[in-house]
Order: sequence, then structure tokens, then C-alpha cells
Amino acid sequence: MKLTGAEILCESLTRLGVREIFGYPGGAILPVYDALGKSKLHHILVRHEQGATHMADGYARASGGIGVAMATSGPGATNMVTGIATAMLDSSPVVCITGQVSSKVLGSDAFQEIDITGITMPITKHNVVVTRAGDIARTIREAFVIAKSGRPGPVLVDVTKDAQQGSAEFDWETCAPKLPPKRIRNNHDQAEFDRAVEMLNTAKRPLILAGHGIMVSGAMRAFEQFVRAGNYPVAMTLLGIGCFPAKDPLNLGMMGMHGEAWVNNAIQEADLLIAVGMRFDDRVTGDLRTYAKSARKIHIEIDRAEINKNVKVDAALVGDAREVLEKLVPHIQTRDRSAWIRHINELKGDSAVRDIQSLPDTGHLYAAHVINDLWKETRGEAIVVTDVGQHQMWEAQYYHHDRPRTLITSGGLGTMGFALPAAIGAKFAKPDAEVWAVVGDGGFQMTMSELATIVQEKINLKIAIINNGYLGMVRQWQEFFYDKRYVATPLVAPDFVALANAFGIRGERITTRAEVTPTIRAARESGETVLLDFRVEQEDSVYPMVAAGASLNDMIRRPHSPLVETASDT
Amino acid sequence: MQTLVAYVENKPGVLNRVASLARRLAINIDSLTVGPTENEEIARMTIVAHTDERGAHRLEASLEKLVDVLLAENISDRALLERDLALIKVAADQQNRPHLMELIKVFRARVVDVAPESLIIEVSGTVDKIDGLLEVLRPFGVLEMARTGRISMTRGSDLLQPPVPQPESSALEPTSSGVK
Repeated sequence: MKLTGAEILCESLTRLGVREIFGYPGGAILPVYDALGKSKLHHILVRHEQGATHMADGYARASGGIGVAMATSGPGATNMVTGIATAMLDSSPVVCITGQVSSKVLGSDAFQEIDITGITMPITKHNVVVTRAGDIARTIREAFVIAKSGRPGPVLVDVTKDAQQGSAEFDWETCAPKLPPKRIRNNHDQAEFDRAVEMLNTAKRPLILAGHGIMVSGAMRAFEQFVRAGNYPVAMTLLGIGCFPAKDPLNLGMMGMHGEAWVNNAIQEADLLIAVGMRFDDRVTGDLRTYAKSARKIHIEIDRAEINKNVKVDAALVGDAREVLEKLVPHIQTRDRSAWIRHINELKGDSAVRDIQSLPDTGHLYAAHVINDLWKETRGEAIVVTDVGQHQMWEAQYYHHDRPRTLITSGGLGTMGFALPAAIGAKFAKPDAEVWAVVGDGGFQMTMSELATIVQEKINLKIAIINNGYLGMVRQWQEFFYDKRYVATPLVAPDFVALANAFGIRGERITTRAEVTPTIRAARESGETVLLDFRVEQEDSVYPMVAAGASLNDMIRRPHSPLVETASDT
Repeated sequence: MQTLVAYVENKPGVLNRVASLARRLAINIDSLTVGPTENEEIARMTIVAHTDERGAHRLEASLEKLVDVLLAENISDRALLERDLALIKVAADQQNRPHLMELIKVFRARVVDVAPESLIIEVSGTVDKIDGLLEVLRPFGVLEMARTGRISMTRGSDLLQPPVPQPESSALEPTSSGVK
């Protein structure tokens, strides 16, 4: 069957199971859009190509599948860069398809020509230019394999206009992926495995560091078996949240810069750290010279390049988290950990004091309360997509996730503007799920044009703006480390309610704690998108905090009431 | 200094990916040579990098993550044969020419071009040998020099061969809809 390159592209995507494409048309990709119109693919018109990549990313993270974004050449492609980098740093499988000028004029600085493969080389897992219609199907299939296999990541396919317009024989059977042969490595020898087992069975104060890799690998069940077998307490990275139920008594909470104080202290006291699918990022280790000095370390990780990168480990089990855990479980001897767990619970302090629900309403509205009320009201069952900054950390602390893929957030790159478009993507991946975008007033203003996409697509999203009139996290750093010189952090915002209305979206402003739950309830009951503008305390800070480069147990605690890390007026 | 060997797809853009990766990892490359192997679809690189063993491990593992890299291996600790080739154009007149010829003989180099005012000397060997010759030639006036950079091979039965192609990998194909 002879088809044009553009038709082959759409047909290939359809056969690969794609239903939605997030994109923005333009001259160099027009042949594909013409074919799209005749296909069964649903194209979501975004308002900026960065939004398209975040949507594809949110789609991938919520579904566990692959997200697809599309843009034209030149500025369309360069606008994708931030979204591609975001996906790269968080190992998210996204396939970006860009139009390119005709191969005959490549390299001539033609109108809207840019070397997007050159630009995205360091921020993609792989990228490729296609100049012939006959190569499109195989290349797209290879892109999907690369994006999803091993440690996932974004792949960009740049298709020249003549490749889209040209025609070629299309036969799915003869265009199977044909990737270069790879050396098959023996990931870890038996001796290393045995050494790990010996450590796992002899540790007195073991602690698991659970990361995103558990979700990526689909290892939740094996992980739970492993945790139960060894009776190991679990600390989570930001992206690991959801891999193990928050309500489980062995789940201690988040580690790191804004992790729970008892978690960071437990890491420093542990005699064995079992890192699973995490990469010892500087935001979770603090000062490496003082990090977990008394602990031996086991690293279960699919990416060899991560082994001994930041933290030198005593045993490295390279491989897919699920496979490695399943192999380990039969060797784990159950041990009584009650003394160690009791000790960690003592580090927690009095949980009755710490429960922010029991704090008296002082008339002030605090972000932590908003997020905690949202958790209670949604019974922890919503998919929450956050932006970057203070609200992101409060979400991680006060919204307790019991299921995987229910917290979607930009961890590695820390991309402001991520929440709104990524939430749109998540909603397309899980149309029946309740999806909340929790976003600061700064990040929201970066990509708020995607409100129009919501309206055009008639989707039902809930948006909670945690509005404190500042670029809050930067303000917090200025408060702590720059003597309260708030340079360029006070932030003027539009009237978000009026703005929402202008887009045709209902909006509410909330200024007191008493209004929070009823407003959230009403928003949930609405069948349409609702934007809630929570006017929270302006100069609240996230506690505890490990200053950049400080030791993990060297935490800045909330003044006056270190047990209550959220704001209270005591 | 660490020495890595990599087998890569012999196609445009791969050198750029390898060099770009080293730059991204903040590892300085001292020399990088690339040439085809007996299989014309595969090229072999020898990379000499300014880094320690840990950096070399990271470079090796990161290189193997590139789709177009079939194999990368740090061979610094192995028994190696190392060669560098240099062409050196040196000023030579009637008077000092015999002296030059003596030196060239000692270094087992060859004269490959003779002109009234200069000679081109071809020398191959270890980096130290070439540096040594260069040192003694310098007083004569080195006019121009071109060096290939190092190529390395493990000795004897220690083989480092490219992996053989696997059957088509469509079995790995994921679907976009994921875990619904």
C-alpha cells in the first residue's frame, strides 16, 4: 500500500496505540496535520509548544505509557526544549515529533529552520532526523522502543517536509524496529548479589530509599513483598511518592531537603541504606561528606551510569527494579525491627501535636492546611499534579498518596509552569480520575494560557492556586540566606477569578480556612473545570529545611514549634 | 588519564554525540580517534580522557546508553598496545641534515618528504616516543606537525569485539495506552 510520509506517520502512531497527540501546527508540519485530520487520532491544540511537551509528559506519567507531542520546525521546536528537558531529568517516556524544512534546503538557514536535533542532543535519550518517507514508520517504532525501554526518556523525531510529502510503500511487517546491537552485560555477579543478601539479613538499622524507578519498573508488588519480608522501614524521594502506600506504618514519608525530620535523622543513623530506583540527587543527600556515614549501601538501579556517581555503594545490583527485587525476596530473612522502628517513631515526636488538623483555626489561611484539607476531602484518591516551589513541597508533606502515579511533579529539572499542562495530559490519560493541578501564583502565570486548551477540549480539571503573592520558595531562600532582601520575588498577579471567567471557567477566591473544605467540595461536585484561588499567608516557609550543601541532619526547623512543621500561630 | 574503546555505528552524527556527552559530563578529552572496522557499518573509537577511574566508569556507562554506541569499555588497567602517528615538518638545511638523519634513525622514524629547506618525518609509536622525538627536533625548528591521537588495543587473547546483531526488536514495542 502506497502512502505519503504524513499518512505513514499517522498510521504508525495509530498502530502503536496512540490516541491523543498534543501539538501546535505550522508550515513545516502541515502535511502531517492534513493526514491527522483524516485519521482517528485526537489532536489537542495547545497554546504553546512547551505546554504540549508537558501534557505528553503528564500523560505518560499518569498512564505508564508514552506521551506524544508535535510541533512545527524552528520556534515550534525550540519551544519544546524545556518540556523535553523536564521529561529527560525525570525519565519520562515522551515522543516529540517536529516538522523540519525540506531536506533539499537543510543547512541553508531556510525560513523556520533550526537544528533541533543538535539543540536537543543532550536533553533527549535519542533523537533523529528523517528525510525519506520510507524511513518514517521504522523510525517512529524505534522511537517508541527507545523511549520506554531501560531507563525511559524523551525521543525527538524531526521529519523533513519532503519526507512527509513523499510517498512510500507501507508495510507494517517489514518495518519493525532495527536498533543497533548492544553488548549484553552481566549486570551483577553472584558474589555481589550474595554480599547484598548478607547485608540485608544482618543489618540492625536498615532503611529503604524508594525512588521513581519502582513505579517506572512497575515493581510495586515486588517492592511490597520485599518490604514485608525484611520488615524494612521506607523513606521516599519526591518522585517515589506513591510507590508504597503512605498509610502503611512502615512508610516514614519523604526524605531530603524538605523531607520529614525523622526521615533525615533515620537516614543518618541507619546502618544499611537500600536505594531502589533512585539516584542520590543532591536534594536528597545534602552534604555528601556527612551523608549516612554509619550505613553500608546497596543500590538497585537500572542505569549503570548512576552507580557510584554521587554516593559510593557497597553493593550495586544493576537491573530492572522489579526483576532484582523478585530475585532478592526469597533470600530475605524476616527480622524483628521493633527496636529500630520504635526509635524512629520516637524521632517523630508526639503525633497528636503534629497533626495539623487539630490545630485551632486562627483566622489565617495556610497552604499546608489547604493541601491537607484537599487530601481529606478527596480521600487521597485524586491525581495531583504540582508545579515547583513551596506548594510542591507542602503537597509532598500534607497530601498522603497511597497509590502509584497519583503525584505528578517535575522533580529533577524543577520546571515552573509544569502543573497546568501536565494536569491536562494526566486528565487525558485518566479521563475518569479526579485530577487537581496544585500550582503557585508564579508558576501558574508561566503557562496559564493553557486554560484555553481546557475550555476548547471541554475537560474537567480542578485547579488550586496557592497564591501568596511571592515567588515563595525563592523568597524563603532570601529570608533564610539573604537577610530578607526580597529582590524580584514580590509578584503582581491578575485577578485569577476574573481571568478564569474571561476564559469561560468558573473561579472562586478563598481567604479563610473555614471556606476551604466547602469550596473544595463544591468544586469536586461540579462537572466542569473550576479554578480556586487560595489567598494564603504571604511569608510562610516550608519546614524543615536542609540548606543547600548542609548535612542532612542539619535542619532548619519551624521556630517555636518544631514538631508542627506547618504554620500555627503559637 | 583513562583509555576507553568504543564500537559505534559508522554513520554521521555519532562522533558529535560522543563528544557532546563527554562535554556534558565535564570530562575533558585528551584525544579521540575514530576509524572504520573490518565491518564497514561499525567504527571503533579510542578515547583518552582526563579523568579518574570513577569518571571513566561514568563515561563508559553513559556512552553505552547512547543508541548508536554498541559497546564502550575502559581498558586502562589492561595490557595494551598503544600507538600514535605523527607527521612532523622540520626545518633542515644542508648542514644539519646529516645530524637530523641520525636522530631519525635512532627513533626508528622515516623521512617521507624532502624539500630544500625542510623534511617531513613520519613516526609512529607510543605517545612518549613521539614526544621524545619532538623534543630533540625542536632545536632544528618544527614548522608544522599533525598527530593522529592514540589508538589502543588489548594484547593477546584479551579480545574486544563488537556485539553481533540481534533479531529485530519488535517484541520490545510498547503501546502508548500503557497500564490502563
